[in-house]
Amino acid sequence: MTPATKTETGISRRSLLRGGIAGGLLLSFHLPLRQASAAGPFAPNAFIRIDKSGQTVLVMPQVEMGQGIYTAVAMILAEELDADFSRLTLEHAPANDKLYANPAFGLQSTGNSNSVRAFWKPLRTAAAGARAMLVTAAAQAWQVEPSSCQTINSEVIHPASGRRLSYANLVEAARELPEPKDVPLKDPADFRLIGKSLKRLDTPDKVNGRAVYGIDAIVPGMTFATLAQSPVFGGKVAKVDDREALKVRGVRQIVVLDDLVAVIGDHMWAAKMGLEALDITWDDGPNADLDSALIWRQLREASAKGGVVAKSVGDIAKGMAIGEKLDAAYEMPFLAHATMEPLNCTVHVRPDGCDIWVGTQIMTRVQSEAAKAAGLAVDQVTVHQHLLGGGFGRRLEPDMVVAAVRIGKHVDRPVKVVWTREEDIQHDYYRPVYRDEISATLKDGKVAGFKYRIAGSAIIARWLPPGFQHGIDGDAIDSAADTPYEIPHFQVEYVRVEPPVPTGFWRGVGPNNNVFAIESFIDELARRAGKDPVAFRRAMLGKTPRMQAVLDLVAARSNWGDPLPRRVGRGVSIQPTFDTSIATVVEAEVDSQGEVLLRRINVAVDCGIAVNPDTIVAQIQGGMVFGLTAALYGEVTIAKGRVQQSNFHDYRMLRIDQVPKIDVHLIKSGEAPGGMGETGVIGGPPALRNAIYAATGVALRRMPIDRDAIAERKKS
Amino acid sequence: MAMVLIINGEQRSVDVADDVPLLWVLRDMLGMTGTKFGCGIAQCGACTVHMDGKAVRSCLLSVGEVAGRAITTIEGIGATPVGAKVQKAWLDLEVIQCGYCQSGQIMAATALLTETPRPGDADIDAAMAGNICRCGTYVRIREAIKLAAGERHA
Repeated sequence: MTPATKTETGISRRSLLRGGIAGGLLLSFHLPLRQASAAGPFAPNAFIRIDKSGQTVLVMPQVEMGQGIYTAVAMILAEELDADFSRLTLEHAPANDKLYANPAFGLQSTGNSNSVRAFWKPLRTAAAGARAMLVTAAAQAWQVEPSSCQTINSEVIHPASGRRLSYANLVEAARELPEPKDVPLKDPADFRLIGKSLKRLDTPDKVNGRAVYGIDAIVPGMTFATLAQSPVFGGKVAKVDDREALKVRGVRQIVVLDDLVAVIGDHMWAAKMGLEALDITWDDGPNADLDSALIWRQLREASAKGGVVAKSVGDIAKGMAIGEKLDAAYEMPFLAHATMEPLNCTVHVRPDGCDIWVGTQIMTRVQSEAAKAAGLAVDQVTVHQHLLGGGFGRRLEPDMVVAAVRIGKHVDRPVKVVWTREEDIQHDYYRPVYRDEISATLKDGKVAGFKYRIAGSAIIARWLPPGFQHGIDGDAIDSAADTPYEIPHFQVEYVRVEPPVPTGFWRGVGPNNNVFAIESFIDELARRAGKDPVAFRRAMLGKTPRMQAVLDLVAARSNWGDPLPRRVGRGVSIQPTFDTSIATVVEAEVDSQGEVLLRRINVAVDCGIAVNPDTIVAQIQGGMVFGLTAALYGEVTIAKGRVQQSNFHDYRMLRIDQVPKIDVHLIKSGEAPGGMGETGVIGGPPALRNAIYAATGVALRRMPIDRDAIAERKKS
Repeated sequence: MAMVLIINGEQRSVDVADDVPLLWVLRDMLGMTGTKFGCGIAQCGACTVHMDGKAVRSCLLSVGEVAGRAITTIEGIGATPVGAKVQKAWLDLEVIQCGYCQSGQIMAATALLTETPRPGDADIDAAMAGNICRCGTYVRIREAIKLAAGERHA
């Protein structure tokens, strides 16, 4: 038997097995039909489908990448539907902007920590409408007033007569009813599910190998590929000698495109060995001499020239002339996403259609980009959505799909294209480099004027051009222009600078930069004013009581002010990001070599109504690790037009032995839900930086942390 | 070359060169995709499986080295008493976020608890520091290992 046939045999057996173990997560596609046929389910909208057996399918418009959104969306729908939460089937939405667009973007997109915020009202309205139709169907059958009926656990009940009908038994009658208008939503006081820490619906299949991520897609007859893109940004293939590669056992085909080379083989290892055996000569193009020093120089020069005023309060010229003036500049490095699931995409490109198997944060954009690359109409492309092994913004880009389609056009069968980790790290859309220049004045121990200038990429201008208005990138200024601090004279400027390195959204986005710079500088101002960092902040938060409350809470829980050993410090930060108020205290020790030991982390959070509180705690805990990983290690550097880092040995991650207890304190609130998925990332780095400032007196102004700068010099 | 592997107690015959890493035989030839590719250089632990009960990185372990040895993957770990306990603890404490690294985490934790039924924090650090979790679930991994060891309650 040849390896190829063996592969096919193994896969078909596995595929059969999969069909039988789909369990609660039915990861398939089914276009919901508003005009139901006689035998069809009750499908009053794009999110809910109940059939006569009682199976309740909830269609997930947002993708699951670890943030727990499947469970949160299911809770919101089931709450207003009064569905039995223990008997739900979840299904990915198909690519369809008309039905499933994120209301904040107008396209199917999971990002900006807005899934719950954007879908809170639409999902509740959809589910409440469905419930009203089921109630009407029951009331008509019983000839009673709908208002005399109640619903619970997928049943309509008429308490006065003790009668009850399951939703399954109401499918036929309900689907004939007109869609009701202006159905009232539940009073949050009546919530049965929302606000409870319910078990996640996606995790049971993640402990036994059954969960299927994009990289796990198995298509009968498929082959495997890996690729090398030009190591220099914008470079091209000059020539390829494939003689040695074709001798590698299991290598079947070499695909050479203008900017990349792919090797197709019987399995990933054959493809990888084939790629290593290729002799590729690249034409490096205009970026052949690009390096980090040049990028920083250009950023600093552009920043010095000034930019567009994005926010102005009071009279900044006046503010800058009052009292004592301080200046500082902060700089943030390029960062890679390094999702644990390396980039990948499986495609089957045919003359009349194309199938895409991938986990993506942008389903319809992937569909249209694939269509363009394949030379097909959009409706000839089917996207099979999968679980994401981390997104963090990396899967808000369609590049992996476009590359796979371009390769797949030359392959006569389905092909799974998997990026090596090296290729993944070196061909990212990096978190931009930023430079932040701040000037502020202090008068009587208070901030009188505050001038903040951000210089960096406008990701929005590329990613969602209509969102880029008047030269201002809303993401780049997020959490700066909307500072919670009361400062009489305040100005934010934005300078767009685009280095010749691809930049993109990175979990925590613009606020990562702004909160770091502002919260670092606030600590420097507090020290100059001779004030305690918490008290100094608190005095400026009079108009934001929710922020003041989280600050007070985290100070109390972190024993703020209690004495600490030498070279141990506590640092605080606050952040107003994504409609959630967060205050963080990191306690850290700096050893004599400048190595940083995290000792304790406390975070206080007011995110309004907490849909699934345990998931929120998890997002904050995990986000802290993500952000502190960047603070301690994260930096992508460029030399000779190439990214110098390549894998986890030189693009390091925090590991379990470095992570202390992370205690998260949620404030109970009845306000509208705030964003969560990215919030935990943001506050750790400035709080750690301020802890180091407290421990050593060194005011770090660049990330990642420079150990040499905080090492204890030996006394001679 | 036909090779007989013993995976989760089952004999599987594959026709493959003996220098191909076990990871790709599992994933691409046998369709057992629960074992994950993360880095390819034994730096992240996503590909962790057991060989004769010990945690090994399948991305660097050539299939020739494992012929005739007992291989256990995430698909089979629930059949062992310790593995089942670890899976349950992982769900009881909702350790998992994206889940991509968790096959490897569970395999590493099961090997630890099999060898050291009552691990201290230092044991956990030593056994688990080779497994990266980008979602940052470390705090809960530690707690779940202690729960599975019977040292704490959910």
